[in-house]
Amino acid sequence: MKGAQIVVESLLKEGVDTVFLYTGGAVVEIFDELYKHRKEIMYIQPRHEMAGTHMADAYARATGKVPVVIVTSGPGATHTISGIATAYMDSSPMVIITGQVPISKIGTDAFQEADITGITMPITKANFLIQDVDDLAQTLKNAFHIAQTGRPGPVLIDLPTNVQMAKTRYHYPKEPKLTAYNYIEKGHPKQIKEALKLIKSAHKPLIIAGGGVNLSDSMHLADQFIDKSNIPAIHTLMGNGINPKKEDLYLGPFGMHGAVYSNYAVQEADLLISLGVRFSDRVLGEAKSFAPHAKIIHVDIDPAEIGKTIKVDVPIVGNVRYVLEEFLKAEFNNQHKEWIEKLNGYKKKYPLQKYEDTGTLKPQYIIELANKIFPEDTIVATDVGQHQMWVSQFFRFRHPRQLITSGGLGTMGFGLPASVGAKIGRRDKDVLMFSGDGGFQMNIQELATVKRYGLNIKMIVMDNNSLGMVRQWQELLYEGRYSGTPLPCNPDFAKIAEAYGIKSLKLDKKENAEAAIKELYQSEKSMLIHAKIDPEENVLPWVPSGRSLNDIITKI
Amino acid sequence: MSNKTNYTDHTISIIACNNPGVITKVTGLINRRGFNVESLTAGKTKDTGISRMTLVVKGDDEGIEQIQKQLNKIIDIVKVAAIKPQHRVAREMALVKINLIRGDKGDLFQLINIYKAKIVDTSPGGIVVEVTGPSEKIDGFLDLLPHNAIAGVARSGVVAMNKLSKQTNE
Repeated sequence: MKGAQIVVESLLKEGVDTVFLYTGGAVVEIFDELYKHRKEIMYIQPRHEMAGTHMADAYARATGKVPVVIVTSGPGATHTISGIATAYMDSSPMVIITGQVPISKIGTDAFQEADITGITMPITKANFLIQDVDDLAQTLKNAFHIAQTGRPGPVLIDLPTNVQMAKTRYHYPKEPKLTAYNYIEKGHPKQIKEALKLIKSAHKPLIIAGGGVNLSDSMHLADQFIDKSNIPAIHTLMGNGINPKKEDLYLGPFGMHGAVYSNYAVQEADLLISLGVRFSDRVLGEAKSFAPHAKIIHVDIDPAEIGKTIKVDVPIVGNVRYVLEEFLKAEFNNQHKEWIEKLNGYKKKYPLQKYEDTGTLKPQYIIELANKIFPEDTIVATDVGQHQMWVSQFFRFRHPRQLITSGGLGTMGFGLPASVGAKIGRRDKDVLMFSGDGGFQMNIQELATVKRYGLNIKMIVMDNNSLGMVRQWQELLYEGRYSGTPLPCNPDFAKIAEAYGIKSLKLDKKENAEAAIKELYQSEKSMLIHAKIDPEENVLPWVPSGRSLNDIITKI
Repeated sequence: MSNKTNYTDHTISIIACNNPGVITKVTGLINRRGFNVESLTAGKTKDTGISRMTLVVKGDDEGIEQIQKQLNKIIDIVKVAAIKPQHRVAREMALVKINLIRGDKGDLFQLINIYKAKIVDTSPGGIVVEVTGPSEKIDGFLDLLPHNAIAGVARSGVVAMNKLSKQTNE
């Protein structure tokens, strides 16, 4: 069997049902083989490899399955770099296969040659350059195993054309063969015992749900744990989806643009039970003044994350799901009534859902309406910037894998392809995309993909003619010197959508918003709303970079 | 980045599968964190396909501890261990090219004897001397050589292991 055939046969053996691909000279062989199986695997062709990689990433985030990306050598491969880095930062599993020039030409600056294994070394969980077709099947097996086990991540396989054409006997191995790769799933019983001791005796405990809860599909266990232990819970951007039965235990997002009451909760807590949280700088504020009175229990599957940014007291290396299962075996007697009352008092005093009603079209209003009108389990994909933060504040997520957003890398251009990838993975759900005018134009060509595959995606582009988040920083910290943030000459996005054959609607008045979003939801085909929003609006509350979580700006 | 005044030399020993790119991954990771690799040696072990790397990295304690954890994540790496100075057995080798055109040869040969160095190559104009031992010994030898006599130095970098006595105790 030829190498190219081995690739496709192996993908089928791995149960791959969706491949995001963009062809080119160095992958023609593989594409020929793919053609033979076009009834068994769904092929999604974006209009840019970067978008294709984002689509695969979103597919992984929405479904938990491992997608495959196939692109050609040189520029095809380098176009995936942003997408791979985005997936790497948020621990999304994926396997990327890049074509490569023949082995004999490597290192000669051949046509469309790029050292993609060298370039992606820091942003992949592992990568492999196949030099011998006999190694191909085992490497593919290894790649899929590495991508989805332990802390998930992208794995790249670089496949030279001569290897694609070489023949060998095909046998797909049952097991991966990796002598130096292991991961810990079950938390150490002694650590768990220590943690439970602290949990039971804490007076002001706080549970933090992070991305790890979504990745390990243990959101339901987290909800149960919150309810059973009567401990209030906050979450990071990536930990959206917690939905305890007891509403007074839900505090919502914390950190740079989190709720005031959630940040106060952190600063006053005596115990933080963090589940799959990596304590990124977006939630720490100022590391040395973070949670000054709290002991920290840190549950994470990646030992390198434990104590990486702050000192923790009870590290538990393991899969959040298994640790939660252990936690749930315990009995909890504390009601923490005073603590819960205090925090709910803060909630009333410093509500998140507050913005000035000036009669202009406010982005927060649009998001609140969408949250009301769209079903509770709508999958929401966002781009990056102010709108992303407003979605995290004003759209209440109650299901795992519901918010698809680039948290770690904060990649503009993620939103539109992400909505495509999410829809492909979850045809049964409504998919709603929010994007700013800046990010939307970075992968706007994917409107063609929405149309081509008949994907019923609902899109809201919030246009304030600027790179809003940076503009906001310039307003506060640089005395309004708006350098590089105005985005004039935006096109009429509604007209562009029409040009791609997608229904569209322009929205610039608050009074028309509800009807517009209702029409968006009810549309049987994909539809885009070009919303011209108040350009002065800022994201608040705000803890500027490096400042303590006590130091929250609520007015500019 | 941390204050560089609390940077010290750390010896890290790595056991890895000898696959292409392992050394690149290791040095890439260390460089990315802003630390410098002062010396690096790599060689085979008694197990086929497994090699041992010894690195000396200048950094602060916390940063180096993070690096060790990150190194463990690299797919081909089997084991990472920091070798504490008090548990360390370390050796280095240097080849020194020495001019014999001027200077007192008598003193030179005495120095070579004292340092138990060996002459491994001779020519009309000069000799090449091999000296092995702890890094300090090699530093000492090079310091004592007449400055204008050294035509070139090639140092191998440190190879280190934990002392046997320390391992059996722990």
